[in-house]
Parts: sequence; structure tokens; C-alpha cells
Amino acid sequence: MSIEVLILTIITIVGISTPILLAGLGELVVEKAGVLNLGVEGMMLIGAIAGFATTVITGSPWLGMIGAAAAGALAALLFGFLVLALNSNQVATGLALTIFGTGLSSLIGLSFQGRIVAPFGSIFPPALSRDPFLKVLFGYSPIVYFALIMVVLVTWFLKSTRGGLILRAVGENDLSAHSIGYSVVGVRYAAIAFGGAMAGIGGAYFSLVITPMWAERMTAGRGWIALALVVFASWRAPRLLVGAYFFGLLMWLELYAKGGGLNGLPIIPAIPSQFWAAMPYLMTVVVLALISVRDRAGSNAPACLGKPFLTSN
Amino acid sequence: MAILTRRNFIQAAGAAAALPMLGSRAFAQDKLKVGFVFLGPIGDYGWTWAHNKGREAMQTALGDKIESVYVENVAEDASAIPVIRDLANQGCKLIFTTSYGYMDQTIQVAGEFPDVKFEHCTGFKLADNVSVYNSRFHEGRAVLGTISGMMSKSGTLGYLGSYKVPEVVLGVNSFPLAAQKKNPAATLKVVFIDSWFDPPKEAAATETLLNLGADIVTTHTDSPAPLQSLEQRGLHGFGQGADMSSFAPNAHLTAIEDIWGPHYTRRAQAVLDGTWKSSNIWEGMVDGTVVISPYSAAVPADVVAEADKIKAGYMDGSFDIFTGPIYDTEGKLKVEDGKTLTLDELAVMDWFVKGVETAA
Amino acid sequence: MRLKLEKRPEPSRLMVVATPIASVLLTMLIGVVVFDAIGINGQKAVVDIFLTPLLASYKWQDVATKAAPLIIIALGLSIGNRANVWNIGAEGQYVIGSLCAAGVGIAAGGGGGGLIITAMILSGVVGGAAWAAIPAVLRTRFSVNEILSSLMLTYVALQVLGYLVGGPWKDPNGRNFPATAPLTAEQSLPILFPGTTVHLGIAIALVLPFVFWLVTARSVFGFQIRVVGSAPHAARHGGFDSKQTIWLAMLIGGGMAGLAGALEFTGALKAINLGFPSGYGFTAIIVSFLGRLHPIGCLIAGIVLAVTYVGGQVAQTTVHIPNATAGIFQAMMLFFILASDILVRYRVRIVRNPKNAPAPAAGE
Repeated sequence: MSIEVLILTIITIVGISTPILLAGLGELVVEKAGVLNLGVEGMMLIGAIAGFATTVITGSPWLGMIGAAAAGALAALLFGFLVLALNSNQVATGLALTIFGTGLSSLIGLSFQGRIVAPFGSIFPPALSRDPFLKVLFGYSPIVYFALIMVVLVTWFLKSTRGGLILRAVGENDLSAHSIGYSVVGVRYAAIAFGGAMAGIGGAYFSLVITPMWAERMTAGRGWIALALVVFASWRAPRLLVGAYFFGLLMWLELYAKGGGLNGLPIIPAIPSQFWAAMPYLMTVVVLALISVRDRAGSNAPACLGKPFLTSN
Repeated sequence: MAILTRRNFIQAAGAAAALPMLGSRAFAQDKLKVGFVFLGPIGDYGWTWAHNKGREAMQTALGDKIESVYVENVAEDASAIPVIRDLANQGCKLIFTTSYGYMDQTIQVAGEFPDVKFEHCTGFKLADNVSVYNSRFHEGRAVLGTISGMMSKSGTLGYLGSYKVPEVVLGVNSFPLAAQKKNPAATLKVVFIDSWFDPPKEAAATETLLNLGADIVTTHTDSPAPLQSLEQRGLHGFGQGADMSSFAPNAHLTAIEDIWGPHYTRRAQAVLDGTWKSSNIWEGMVDGTVVISPYSAAVPADVVAEADKIKAGYMDGSFDIFTGPIYDTEGKLKVEDGKTLTLDELAVMDWFVKGVETAA
Repeated sequence: MRLKLEKRPEPSRLMVVATPIASVLLTMLIGVVVFDAIGINGQKAVVDIFLTPLLASYKWQDVATKAAPLIIIALGLSIGNRANVWNIGAEGQYVIGSLCAAGVGIAAGGGGGGLIITAMILSGVVGGAAWAAIPAVLRTRFSVNEILSSLMLTYVALQVLGYLVGGPWKDPNGRNFPATAPLTAEQSLPILFPGTTVHLGIAIALVLPFVFWLVTARSVFGFQIRVVGSAPHAARHGGFDSKQTIWLAMLIGGGMAGLAGALEFTGALKAINLGFPSGYGFTAIIVSFLGRLHPIGCLIAGIVLAVTYVGGQVAQTTVHIPNATAGIFQAMMLFFILASDILVRYRVRIVRNPKNAPAPAAGE
């Protein structure tokens, strides 16, 4: 593989990885707060159509991304209201959100079929973004850099700030966080809204960056990969970054193998392409088992994940 | 997918007999209701979009003599049966099922409704009230191959495929055969993504083809996503099923347009006239079913001239891309010099020609 | 004046029954309003989605065919949900169940008849249970969260299906389309009413809820499931092994999903292609909740959900709304049922003045 092709490959993999990185980062914060939202796919689709619609109407992909974030957060707050205010079951509510988001985006999308917008590409001058070598650094949509910045911010927030400490405390032991006087419900609402906004932006990455158009169900299951990614990264933001690009690599490898790119290597061409497609999920299960075996007490999994917060009043 | 066994055929026939049967004359004054079963959303801008355009063209041509209804996003499994049956129950007397995977379902429902005419697209199973119709898309693919053979700098072409079904295999073979007439060293990288419609995967697969060395890509999936990827990379490709130039004004060189309107209009008219007969129709460029969109300004004049020669050859019957000698990927002679593959042979083609590279 | 929530000593039986019905009605009402607001004939859309499948007799068989797998899977999942064991990988277990049945069918060559069909169905049950055993092992041995592991394994199952139907099990006469060869009549479930699609699996789906009802209401096992779910500490004191409960819940959930897959394959679809997994395993979770985790509730809820699927297709041809719109209704129903759950466990009191005696809440 020549250096030019390597650079193109890196750009492809970054493109595949960015939406799951964005959505995964949001879900990581939600889960750190002790809430499991299985509605990522639905929020991504709502973000995809909201971002596209906003861009068509306003002509600005920046506003489109803001619209996607707002719509994703709004959808997430619907979930939040049900699980926090009404103590509904998180698994069922999250699934309902995915079904809801799929249907709603299809319905809204009817008015936006066949419309086109300019791709939300690099904002650097062509001398940088089109240069065969420099484009590996400058050839991306602003959202790619945004995702990277958010990894840093989320890492810093969770590790080094008071807010992050409270959020983790809420996810680790909601009752004692409550007894110290923190608002468990308030923290969780905020986390859920953040998760929805990130999923919305991740969804809009499809409709504004990868393929600037609207198509029904265009996120094609990436929301579920994002959920796997959070577990694969064992709830650590820096690992999530590595994991997202690794999952992207696997998804690319499936296609590369299908195109005969691995022909001529020993054994590997005989591996069915489905194996590569299954790898992210298989490895997530393995990671789940490993982190549990290694150190149960030191596991990074939020102890309250998926459990309702019930104060005995 | 259900199959027509003797047992359930008899049951189905029994059910149909129990339905109130009206002679076709009773409907002569009424509007003819025409039903369509679509694979994707009508907004896929590709395959289903083209069929829906055909439906609209039929509606325009025949005006208030007919009315038409459609169902989109119908899965290619047994769940298509109730959808097709529902259209028949709603009074459709002519039903088009527009994807290969509805073949057995169409045959089964047709057995239940002997007074309804069915037309199945790209399949091969006929019955008294079931026709099959197809389009020789590979003729258009030969035009695209000619353009690619002349315009590709690397000599490596890309083909984004869906499934290895004959319709796609014909395209995969026609494209490099035409290219090799202009550049004998041309090779073709193929990725099959096991889906007709998956925009992010289509985009990623297109980029993968470019990473594998292709510098011009043709697609056999249904969304404009691959063209948008090519547009962003500053490379060229072709529209599939419809003119997609609005999605990628620079990347889009031309497109194979599927024009179903004339066929739909003719068949609906035949039902109105009472002259509809079960038939196997496989139309091509000469019938106006396969149309090449206007070339973009990026196609040089000499390339246009060569591409037009292929078109003219198909129009007057002097050219056929599947004329020997044709070798397979192993270098074995599959079609002897001067021989041309028949339509029956094409309908079952499952091997790739020399220069095609895909997963083992 | 303000609203006050008060925990009920016992869940309200009235609310258990009334809230699902109210949820469906409220969904229909909101559907009319919202669709009218966006310029679609809301009344017609709601009638076609919720009522036409029930009123048009030729649609009954479609509703029954759709409802059968939902009911069977939901029955199994309800057991787990009651015991607080969250198997959300039923979709994968359903797929593995169908593949096991197909494997036995292929191994039998051209052979058919009652014995072979029974073996196919049973291997589906075993296959589904075996796939669910993986999260069970992970949970009981390594305390791995079964929600996440069972979900991940669903996507692995889909790839297994893709590999088999596109590779070793591809129909040699299928012109390379990735699908298994259609089952012969000898390997298919019998049709109960000639001229319809109503197969034996539908009868099984109608009978099973009553079997489950009897077993869970009358047996120690049923008691164990309820106790472990509602009061794990008490269960430990009572001598119930929570690991054993997890195992039972997962195996029953997986076995039922596998059974549904095998019945759907041998009774309805007759072949497996890439479109075979159509989300029954996920929708069954909705069915289980809409049915209040009760076997008879699952039966009714399964039919309601099937109606919305079939009705969604009707509405496509009549009011031209996309297929996915049915999903909006399904999700709304689930939102309402989940939201109203609180009415089962709590009593709403309107407090006019803290000194006054509280007025009795509605529905009491």
C-alpha cells in the first residue's frame, strides 16, 4: 500500500468512525450517570433529518448541526422524562425511542426527499485540504475535529472537574449521592440531553457530511454499534476514541476483503467477510467478560447502570 | 419465500374459486386499477424511484382510464405475499412486482387470483396470468465501460455491486469487456455489499474501491451516495437507474436510466383492450427502456464519439458486448470467437470475465 | 391545589388492565390529531392502521401470521422481565432458532414428515436456548450485564445468518441470491385451514399463553420468578437460588425465541434470506410490556402489535404514509404504557389544601 493510498484509507476510516465516536461519546456520559439509553439509533435518525432539514431551510450546515443537536436532545429528554419522572423501565423506553425516531424521521423526511445540500466538507483552503499528503490532517469536515475536541473535553470533565465527580457519583451510587444532597435526577437529565445532542450530531454526520441527502433509515444500525463501542471502551473516553477508529478499521476491512484487497495473503482471504462484520460485537462481549474477571471492584462499569432511582420517601 | 407446490396450489385455486368472480367485461367501463410493489422507498433516487416515475408516466399517458396505487419498502420474503394479495383484494387488475425477490410470492398470489394480471420484474417464472419483464441494463453498462476504459488513468475500474445475481453479474462483465476494447489492460475491482440500499455502506464501499486503486466507479446499488463520495474525492462515476447529476454535478459523467413508463403504459393499455398475454419481455436500448443520460462536459469529444458508437450498435443490432472471444477470470475461453451469448444463457450467467477481481 | 403521588400498598389491579387499553385509545386519538395537523387524513390513517385489519376478514390471516412469533417470544421474555433478567437479544435467538431448524432440514436431505418437522422445531428451541445460554453463563459466572451481552450477540447471529445463506446453505437453484432453498411441503408445517396461510405455529401461539398462565400461576417456579424479581433479598432467605432463576429465565426466553424462529421458518416464510430477521425479537419486548408481563396480556398485545403492522401496510396504499409510520404508533403505545406504569404502583391524589382530607383519585 503506497503512502497516498494509506492516506486515502485513513480518511475513509475516519469517515466511518466519526458518527459512532460522536454517538458513543454521548452515550458514555449517559451511562456514566447510571442511565442506559438504548434509543441511540432513533436519536441519530432524528438528528439526521433535523440537521438536513435545517440546512435545506437555512442554507447553513453549522445551523444544521445545531438543529440536529437540539432535536437529538429533545428526543432524549422525552426518554428522560419517562425514565426519570415516571420511573419507567429504561430498556423498554430506549427501544421505544428507537422505533419512534425511525418512524418520525421517515415521516418528516417525506418533504425532504430529493433535496440536496452542499457537503459539509473541510473548511481549510484547498492548498491544505486537497494536498495529497496534508489532507490526512486537513481534509475533514469540521465535525471530525469537533468529535476529537469533545473526546478531550469529556475526558477532562469526567476526570478533573467537580461536575464530573458528581456525575460519576450519581452513576456509581445514586442513593448516597442523593443523601449528600446532589440532585440525582437533575444530573441525569443533563447527561441524557447531552447524549441526545451528540447522537443527533452523529446522525447529521450521515445526512450532511458522508452523503449529503436524506434517505429513510440512513444510519443503518450505526447506533447499535455506538452502544457496543461504549462497552468496548469500558466507559473510558480516550479508549472510546481508539475503539471508534478500531471499529471503523474493522468495517473498512470487511469491504476491503470483499473487494479482493486481502487476496494473496495466507489464510485470511478464506475468512468470510461476515467474520469481520461480527468482530466489533464479538470483541465487545469478550471485553465485557474480561473487565468483569479482571477486577470486579475496580471495574469501570457504573454500578447503577440501567437501574431506576428510587428514594424511599 | 414460499414456493408453489402442488398441494398449496390446489388450496390456492380453491380459495380463488370461493371469491366472487366477475367477468373482465364487467370492469370494461370502470377505471383499471394498477398496483405496484416497490422494494425501496420511492425516494431512493434509483431503482424504486425509476419504477415510480414509470408509474407516473403511465398515469399521465392513460389519464382517467386508470388509477394506480403502490406499496413501498416491501421485504423480499414471504411478508410480500399479503401485500400483493392486498392489492388484488383492493381491486387491482394489473399488479407489477418490481424486484427479483418477489418471484415465488407473485406466482403464489397469481394462483389465487386468476382474473388479475401480474408482471414480475427481473424474474424468470411464468404463469397464465404472470408475465416477466426485464431490461437489458448491461447494454448501458457497455457504454459506461467504453467511457471508463478511455477515461481511467490507472486502468483500474471499480464496480459497487449488491448481490451476485445474474442481473448484476451481467453488468459486472459487460463493463470491463467494453473497457478492455479501449484499454486491453483494464481490470475491475468489485465489492458486493449484500444490500440494494444502504447509503453509508455504499459510500464507504466506494471509497474502498478507490483505495484499491480504482479511479472511476460504476454502481449497481440504488442510492446516489457513491456519486457523492466520488464528488468529494474529485473523481468520476455514473448514475444508476436515473440521472443523478444533481447530486454530483462534477462526478456524474452520465447514467443508465431505467425507463419503465412505456412498458407500463403498453401493458395497462393491453389489459384495457383485453389483449394482455403472458409473456417474457426483455427490452433494451432499441426499445427505449435503457437510456443513456446526457454526457457531462467532463467527457471528451472522442470519448463521446466512441460511446455513441456502442449506442448506435445496439440500436441497429450490429453490436453485442457478449460476443466472443470471452475468457473467464482463470483465462479459460468461455465464449468462442464470433459466438454471441443468447438471452437464455445471459439469464443464468454466474461467472466473471477476465480482469474482474473480487473476494475469493 | 397540587398533585401528589402516594405509593399503593398493592399494585392496582384495575390500573393493570385499564392502562394498556387507555394507552391504545390515547395513541389512536393523538394519531388523528397529529396526522390531521400535518395534512394527512388522520381519521382514515388511524382507522386503516388500527381497525381495517380487524374488520376486513381477508386480513385476519395476515394478523395471525404476524402475531404468532410476537406472542411466543413475548411469553418467554415476560418470564425474564418478571425476574428482573433483561434478555434483549431475542432477535438473535430467533435467528439462531430458525437456522438450527434449517440445518436439521438440510441434514435430513429430502426427508420430511412429522418426525423430521418435530426435530426441526425442537432443534430451533434448543438453538435459541443455547444462544441465550451465553449471556446466562457470562452473567452467572462473571456478572456480565446480560442486557449488553445479549444485544451484542444478536448482531453476531445476524452475521452467522449472512454467512450461511450466502455461502454453504445458498440455494443452488437460486441464481446466487443469498437465500436458502425453499422448504418442500414435506418439511413445512401443516396449514390448518385450506386456502389460507394459517399454519400450525399459529395454533401453538394461541395455546401457549394459557399453558404459561397455568404454570406461572400454579407452580413453585412461577412463585420463584415473581419473588426473585420483586424482592431478591427475600428470595435468598426463602432458599431460591438467584443464579438458577437467571438460568431459567434466559433459557426459557431463548428457547421461546428459537421456537418462534423455527415456526416462522417452517410455517410462514419457508426460506431464510437476509431479510428474515425483521425485528420480531425487539418488538416482542414492546408486546411483553404492553401485555403487562402477563401471558394472556402477551396474547392480546401481540395481536394489537400485529394489527399495527398489517394496518401500516394498508395505510400505505390508502393515505400514502411511509411504512415506518406504524412504528410511531407502536412507540407511542409503549410510551403511554410505560408512563402509566406509575399509576399502577402509585395513587394520584389531588391535594386542594393540605388541611383538607385528600379527594379519592380517579380510577379507584
